Amino acid sequence: MKANVWMGTDSVRVIDVPDPTIMNARDAIVRISTTAICGSDLHLYHGYIPAMRKGDILGHEFMGEVVEVGPQVRNLKPGDRVVVPFPIACGHCSSCQRGLYSVCENSNPNAGIAEKVMGHSPAGIFGYSHLLGGYAGGQAEYARVPFADVGPLKVPEDVPDDQAVLLADVFPTAYMGAEMCDIKPGQVIAVWGAGPVGLLAAASARMLGAERVIVIDRFPYRLRLAEEHAGAETINYDEADVLDTLNEMTAGRGPDACIDAVGLEGHHGNAAMYAYDRAKQATRTETERPFALREAILACRSGGVVAVVGAYGGFVDKFPMGAFMNRSLIMRTGQCHVQRYTRPLLDRIRRGDIDPSFIVSHRMPLRDAPKGYKIFQKKQDDCTKVLLTV
Amino acid sequence: MDRVDTMLLPELDGPVPTALPRTLGLLSLALGVGALVAPRPLARLTGVDDSPAAQAAIPAVGAREVVHAVGLLSGRRPAAWAWTRVAGDALDLTLLGRAMADRRGERRRRLALTTAAIAGIAALDVAAAIGAGRARRARARVIRMEVAVTVNRSPAEAYRFWRDMENLPRFMAHLESVHVDDLRRSHWIARGPAGHRVEWRAEIVDDQPNRSITWRSLPGTRVPNAGRVAFVPAPGDRGTEVRVRLRYAPPAGALGRVVAKLFGEEPEQQVRDDLRRFKQVLETGEVVRSEGSPNGISVRQQAMQRPAQPLPASRR
Ligand SMILES: NC(=O)c1ccc[n+]([C@@H]2O[C@H](COP(=O)([O-])OP(=O)(O)OC[C@H]3O[C@@H](n4cnc5c(N)ncnc54)[C@H](O)[C@@H]3O)[C@@H](O)[C@H]2O)c1
Ligand SMILES: [Zn+2]
Ligand SMILES: [Zn+2]
Repeated sequence: MKANVWMGTDSVRVIDVPDPTIMNARDAIVRISTTAICGSDLHLYHGYIPAMRKGDILGHEFMGEVVEVGPQVRNLKPGDRVVVPFPIACGHCSSCQRGLYSVCENSNPNAGIAEKVMGHSPAGIFGYSHLLGGYAGGQAEYARVPFADVGPLKVPEDVPDDQAVLLADVFPTAYMGAEMCDIKPGQVIAVWGAGPVGLLAAASARMLGAERVIVIDRFPYRLRLAEEHAGAETINYDEADVLDTLNEMTAGRGPDACIDAVGLEGHHGNAAMYAYDRAKQATRTETERPFALREAILACRSGGVVAVVGAYGGFVDKFPMGAFMNRSLIMRTGQCHVQRYTRPLLDRIRRGDIDPSFIVSHRMPLRDAPKGYKIFQKKQDDCTKVLLTV
Repeated sequence: MDRVDTMLLPELDGPVPTALPRTLGLLSLALGVGALVAPRPLARLTGVDDSPAAQAAIPAVGAREVVHAVGLLSGRRPAAWAWTRVAGDALDLTLLGRAMADRRGERRRRLALTTAAIAGIAALDVAAAIGAGRARRARARVIRMEVAVTVNRSPAEAYRFWRDMENLPRFMAHLESVHVDDLRRSHWIARGPAGHRVEWRAEIVDDQPNRSITWRSLPGTRVPNAGRVAFVPAPGDRGTEVRVRLRYAPPAGALGRVVAKLFGEEPEQQVRDDLRRFKQVLETGEVVRSEGSPNGISVRQQAMQRPAQPLPASRR
């Protein structure tokens, strides 16, 4: 089959690889119809996530048709149309049973190395480095889906791929970010990053009853999407001081909750600040550029929530612990426990509460994946989200 | 020393290695006290009662013997103390040789007897020193591991799975097979590098249903080993804490090197991985595989991952 593989920093290629087979009794094989490129893939593309191997199949957002099931899979049959959550979760460990699917205790065969880096191991993830399992990803014609009796959600015919594939990751992730904010009537929520995750987090915050949502980014075309589709106000951090503007907008209180939807590759309007963390990252003395996170902590109302869904991999410098501690802030974070959200969010889509597909800007065939990565990376052609069709 | 240690250690080097040093300690004590309280009769007995210098030396030798006795009887560092005794013996033999050179008749006969006795004791001292040293090294080779994992199953379920020893190779990576002979005894085959195999027989020496299992290799095994697994209810209704203690004593030499490779550079990490697989098998039904780690959890494999791509047909 054809698959998009990681070849090194800033390099992916579509090559021929063997077809997947059932390796565990609870596996299924899915023939992929649509797969997506994610901001998380850019972290791999840029070489910021350790333990990638040349030849790793990328992709953790995919859907398609079940073509084969292992002997222990009874809920699915060939022909079913399914979307697959990106965290691989067994459904039986205590984490899974508490709904914490992205920290499944059994799905990372390389838990030993992950423990050395993170203390304990999170779940395995499709196409997301050997630290998180060494699983082949879904930017391919077929994928093996472990624990197929737990993860995949059957998608009814009336929900198109453009909407359904977003249930694999970005919509649940964004929704979880908004849910972490514990939104009460009258509250103001600020979102850093107007990528797919940030945009859908803003829309979710509105859906969950936020009075006002403020989205921060520097790309006008993305900020426009936030205004038009998420009912948000926006701040372009290239043009305005974010902390001042937020204080002004909230009459000095600060947002009640702040969502970091940027992650470890933050960008900073101040060249000197950017250079400091960029240099530390390049020399590997810091693994992240946590501008959005620092700013979110400083901006947040005292006693408020900082929800971190942007991805981090290692260590952060100059963490404003003083502000965090002295102002009684709460931080909530995590890779999304997608399995928890797929069904309720599918229902919301079908009820018409939300149409998450407003973030999709590009559709192209799988063979054009390298081009898709380039334009998504460079934010060319008003790119927000690339779907690859197979 | 805990229960697993006391089960395993007698295996290491035949007879209990502290017996000979203790006997020698008692001998030292008797000699030393004798020399201190009755130097004159001792001088007569050994045939040096004609020399005032020798009569002065005897209490000094006695004091030295008492020091040896205290050291040996303390049970600490028996090898080192046995070697100091050997040094003392050498000194005594030198003195005796000199004394014998200028004596005749009955005194010379007594000196010869004393020399023979000291030489005999010296031989025992050398044997004790070597034996204690070997036991110490063997003991230092014993690998001890204590690893635990929490499994979301009841103690009874975890116990039942482990108690059927034939299940062990399903999660212990270095085992090729375990064949159960009867309720207590089993035959284990471990798979080493380059086709080397290490086999042994083991028996369950203590079995507390739903609580713990203790096993050890049978005497005569080349790689003595013992283990105990306890199944303790995890607090807060979170299943079972599975606590494993393992001891094994790799022999010196070539077999020892095979055994060392069997467990890799980080033996504890391997046991940790074994327990992770145990958890996977109990919680999910089998060992979880990925394309990068097609054989499931393994430290060795983590070091040399294949790319995350489906396996080629030749490797399935
Ligand atoms: N927690 C999860 O489960 C999960 C799931 C999916 C994605 N993620 C992470 O979420 C993050 C966003 O993903 P995405 O697909 O939307 O990516 P994206 O790259 O499209 O979006 C990131 C946006 O952040 C903006 N940005 C950069 N620096 C900023 C700053 N200092 N202030 C404000 N905005 C800034 C960029 O301009 C960009 O528009 C990534 O880190 C991704 O890895 C996490
Ligand atoms: Zn994603
Ligand atoms: Zn799990």
